[in-house]
Amino acid sequence: MVEFRIDRRSGVATYLQIVQQVKQALRLGLLAPGDKLPTAKEVVAATAINPNTVLKAYRELDREGLVEGRPGLGTFVRRSLARPGAAADSPLRAELAGWMDRARAAGLDREDVAALVASVLEDTRFDDPRGPWGGGPEAGNGRARTGNGTT
Amino acid sequence: MTDLTFLPDRTALEAAGLGVRYRRGGWALRACSFRLPAGRVCALVGPNGAGKSTLLALAAGLLRPTEGRLRVLGGEAGDPGVRPRVAYLGQDRPLYPDFTVAETLRLGRELNPGHWDQAAAERLVHGGNLSLHARVGSLSGGQRTRVALALAFGKRPELLLLDEPMSDLDPLVRHETTAALMAEAAENATTVLMASHVLAELDAVCDYLLLVSDGRVRLAGEIEDLISAHRLVMGRYEDAGTPREFAAHTIVEARTTGRQLTALIRPDGPVRGHWEIAEPSLEELLLAHLRAPGAPALLTPSAEPRTPLDASPKAAA
Repeated sequence: MVEFRIDRRSGVATYLQIVQQVKQALRLGLLAPGDKLPTAKEVVAATAINPNTVLKAYRELDREGLVEGRPGLGTFVRRSLARPGAAADSPLRAELAGWMDRARAAGLDREDVAALVASVLEDTRFDDPRGPWGGGPEAGNGRARTGNGTT
Repeated sequence: MTDLTFLPDRTALEAAGLGVRYRRGGWALRACSFRLPAGRVCALVGPNGAGKSTLLALAAGLLRPTEGRLRVLGGEAGDPGVRPRVAYLGQDRPLYPDFTVAETLRLGRELNPGHWDQAAAERLVHGGNLSLHARVGSLSGGQRTRVALALAFGKRPELLLLDEPMSDLDPLVRHETTAALMAEAAENATTVLMASHVLAELDAVCDYLLLVSDGRVRLAGEIEDLISAHRLVMGRYEDAGTPREFAAHTIVEARTTGRQLTALIRPDGPVRGHWEIAEPSLEELLLAHLRAPGAPALLTPSAEPRTPLDASPKAAA
């Protein structure tokens, strides 16, 4: 089960925050296929948001094939977004950590690094069958917050 | 549950040419026409004296219109068939101070025979750590609001009318109460119409909006659709008046500060010229309309009344 964190001042539509947090949980393995998402009633009882917002988010996730609603039972995860290459112990992560060390040694601060990474990301083409809006947490709005504060 | 709670084809409230005149003259509401589909959580917003409380009292059947009409859940406001399906929480939270909480809930049960949900009412009371044996008169403002809301929830209404429900609640209790309200709405697809001054309390809670000022309806409809019908346009502009390229659009409000022009418009087609264009926030949308009383009203299609004004209640029945 996941817990959603709604930031009312983020400027990101509330339903999109839920979509992004579910995707982030799928990426990090907090949610796996077969897991049940909290019901709309459970979410609104915890977050005090409009139930239609939760249902709209679940419909969007359903549309993208990530979850499915089973009438009378709830909404369940259909597939994971976790990729071996993005895991905590992957070689890609180790390389990136090494690069971060070199960036810091070269005198770059946190914001310089973030700007550099964002600019390289911007110049890189990713093949995404779901189009520009189907992708990662950056879809829609870069200011989005994800479930556990990582970006 | 994947079905949305709202039922677009069913109508909770429908006003046509609705007007209420004060005894001393002057109009509290005038020529109000709008529709609220069932299952929506609707914010009723407007400045003090705009007519919000009058509209809620009309819907509750506590007040009769001077002209026009207001249909509630398919019947006339205040009809014996309609009244049990509507709960109204007034601004002054009328409760008996000498009753205990338990006695107050018993009153609710006795006054609503056959459709009282003791569990729903008690859930709300217990959530606030309230003793059932405490006298209502000894409770704080926030606790009294909780008891009043428990009475409203216990009635299991199809339409819940709330006048400034959260005004005297601290942030934690406000969050808990809103959460309880949303959970009720999720479970029973209750239509909620809540008047409020506190915009932060409405964002993310309400999906429908009714903006009234000076007794008139200014905006009505899905909040998403109302927001996407507007654009906030900013840029450098040093001439007098408004830019010519805005002529195709409806200008709600335009202000100049030094060399900068900021305008809220309802675009009709693409906006030409070198402007920075953004979607307004709910707050920006409301404030611009309140600052510009002359701006034309906007009702989204679902907020347009469906019954013509001249259809008399008898002919419709």
